[in-house]
Amino acid sequence: MTERRVVITGIEVLAPGGAGTKDFWSLLTDGRTATRTITFFDPAPFRSQVAAEIDFDPEQHGLTPQEVRRMDRAAQFAVVAARGAVADSGLVFDNVHEHRTGVAIGSAVGATMSLDQEYRVVSDGGRLHEVDHTYAVPHLYDYLVPSSFAAEVAWAVGAQGPATVISTGCTSGIDSVGYAVELIREGSADVMVAGATDAPISPITMACFDAIKATSPRREQPETASRPFDATRNGFVLGEGTAVFVLEEMESARRRGAHVYAEIAGYATRSNAFHMTGLRPDGKEMAEAIRTALGEARLNPDDIDYINAHGSGTKQNDRHETAAFKDSLGEHAYRIPVSSIKSMVGHSLGAIGAIEIAACALAIEHNVVPPTANLHHPDPECDLDYVPLTAREHRTDAVLTVGSGFGGFQSAMVLTGPGRRP
Amino acid sequence: MTDPVVVTGLGIVSPTGLGTAPYWSATRRGVSGIGPITRFAADGYPARLAGEINGFVAGEHLPGRLLPQTDRMTQLALVAGDWALADAGITPADLPAFDMGVCTASAQGGFEFGQNELRNLWSQGSRYVSAYQSFAWFYAVNSGQLSIRNGMKGPSGVVVSDQAGGLDAVANARRQIRKGTAVMVTGAVDASLCPWGWVAQLASRRLSTSDDPDRAYLPFDERANGHVPGEGGAILVMERASRAVARGAHVYGQVAGYGATFDPAPGSGGQPGLARAIRLALAEADLPPENVDVVFADAAGIPELDQAEADAITEVFGPYGVPVTAPKTMTGRLYSGAAPLDLAAALLAMDEGLIPQTVNVTPAERYRLDLVTDHPRAAQLCSALVLARGYGGFNSAVLLRSGYPQRVAAAR
Repeated sequence: MTERRVVITGIEVLAPGGAGTKDFWSLLTDGRTATRTITFFDPAPFRSQVAAEIDFDPEQHGLTPQEVRRMDRAAQFAVVAARGAVADSGLVFDNVHEHRTGVAIGSAVGATMSLDQEYRVVSDGGRLHEVDHTYAVPHLYDYLVPSSFAAEVAWAVGAQGPATVISTGCTSGIDSVGYAVELIREGSADVMVAGATDAPISPITMACFDAIKATSPRREQPETASRPFDATRNGFVLGEGTAVFVLEEMESARRRGAHVYAEIAGYATRSNAFHMTGLRPDGKEMAEAIRTALGEARLNPDDIDYINAHGSGTKQNDRHETAAFKDSLGEHAYRIPVSSIKSMVGHSLGAIGAIEIAACALAIEHNVVPPTANLHHPDPECDLDYVPLTAREHRTDAVLTVGSGFGGFQSAMVLTGPGRRP
Repeated sequence: MTDPVVVTGLGIVSPTGLGTAPYWSATRRGVSGIGPITRFAADGYPARLAGEINGFVAGEHLPGRLLPQTDRMTQLALVAGDWALADAGITPADLPAFDMGVCTASAQGGFEFGQNELRNLWSQGSRYVSAYQSFAWFYAVNSGQLSIRNGMKGPSGVVVSDQAGGLDAVANARRQIRKGTAVMVTGAVDASLCPWGWVAQLASRRLSTSDDPDRAYLPFDERANGHVPGEGGAILVMERASRAVARGAHVYGQVAGYGATFDPAPGSGGQPGLARAIRLALAEADLPPENVDVVFADAAGIPELDQAEADAITEVFGPYGVPVTAPKTMTGRLYSGAAPLDLAAALLAMDEGLIPQTVNVTPAERYRLDLVTDHPRAAQLCSALVLARGYGGFNSAVLLRSGYPQRVAAAR
């Protein structure tokens, strides 16, 4: 049996700065940022008061009032994006397709925004230990167990193959797409609607990142708060959003004449087995994930044209992954453009990995590398080419994207242009 | 597949026993762990029974520094992981770190930990939220903590598909072994027996409101009126058969087939997907239905859902075509922990040649199932099918083959 290969034929992104793939790519290539002082609630009590929020009206995106009531914001994002991705792919589902179409949606923190709001009500502002069930919304179980996100997407697109949510913290977006790729390769599905979503901008999330000083305390000029690889960086900026893809087995995509954005050529995830939040500076486990993903793609370090970094903007992360790039790619690490789009759209936890895969696919499509915004003062410890401030026209055939997250997860994925690999 | 993936270690944390021997002893005797909730004052709620784990003192098993940063479900999972590795005869420190990985399922994360920090946030203010909240409650915590405790740097994963997720995690662990990882730790533990978790579970409208532990959870019975939730689950150690045989490990059985499907959207009129999942699992294992020796049912305890499951089983196996059982009638439904515990029960059943019983249930004729009730049933078991379904339409099936062929190979 010939090897089954997996390509992206549909993309939809909802990211801060504009809901839709086109707006997203404009933001990135213009080098604009979408971080701002939080508007969802009063940020005054918090150390960190900046986030990258989406101006999102679910009904304008086609959700019915009952869908809006039933779904957490992250699920709303996912359903809107899934419909958009399927439309973009031009795929028409029939009975055969439905059974052979699966769903894999990544999410780090599930329905955390709804859980936060609902807890506040049923506990009457934290007063009641035995919280009052008579004040609970009828859809609270959907918030309790975030597999509801995969169910909503499956219903929205009519998928009846394998469906699940992948929740590996901040690598969820890469891992959900990687999971979907493995299902298509092994023959468990021919089409996967895969991506990731998170809408974590709520008081409990801000409070828990405040407690470990992971998020940036910068309040002046909030549009410059996210500063990956800059010497003045002091934490990440929380974001929200989603990216969903239609992934197809390559031959069947070709047969129907689908537009192919990119092939997903390699994927691996490894654990640092070190600390739930801390990173060793040497980046050995991320380097191992990168080497494995390159091996699966049968590419060498000098084949990689662009690295989409995790680039969260914490002191330890940016050093950690710079070391991982050098370890895995050797001298070539110094010659590859590297950038972090978190400088513009913030860090949407589990969703960002998928949003970054979308950025990679679009970089291949347009031969343009998005920049790292707000990078004015290079950190001597981060000494690679981080494409500061301005997008760069650059022949982009093969791209590496990486993620690193709480729990010690380190993931890497390699995308190649259509027809790039024999 | 010329080199099957097998289970060589079990770590069980269940309402009917901590550890494999107590659990199996209680299960084969039909002892139930369901009773009135003691963990919090449940009098004011419409459902008041649960399968609680009693007598678990985390500090007896885990270092003190881990306790303030872990939810109960993580403490249970770490201890179950220790037991599973010991049972498999594997000392992680002796193996290359990248050759071992962890893939667990979660349904609810560390919900009790989350409840406490939400209370701190809303009653006192954001500065009172624990520094551990950022990771202690999220769905990935058990995989992360298991990898750290055991120094496992290989592929990791976390799946959330409600109660079906436990099988999806095991299937993903098997996938990683096929791709080359030597040892995978997998399975799931859930535990959300706190007021906030309880209220969220009540919203499923599937909880039994009975106060009689013997009448509260009666799947496939005319009196079925919902289920009783519980806490716990099982952690499994898996590896390639050749590796297990070479090192002389006890092989419980082989994960020979897997299928996962999703039901059509409500009201769309399509066929539910469980029968398809069963057929996928059997096809992968290359086993005809008549060679399946027992089915461990999902056993929802809701008449429509019981009917859908019975229809799927009779569609594939025929009416009364295969023995069916639901030992989870003794533990309650453990969310993502339920299916890994059923896998453990099925492996132990094959080892002993004994199908554990479904307690308290008088099967309704209309389901046309050969449900094993009243007493355990002696039977030579070469294969077992485990079913699990998740809220919203998730269906998963795993086909196990007995470890016996591997033991024969080892003897030669």
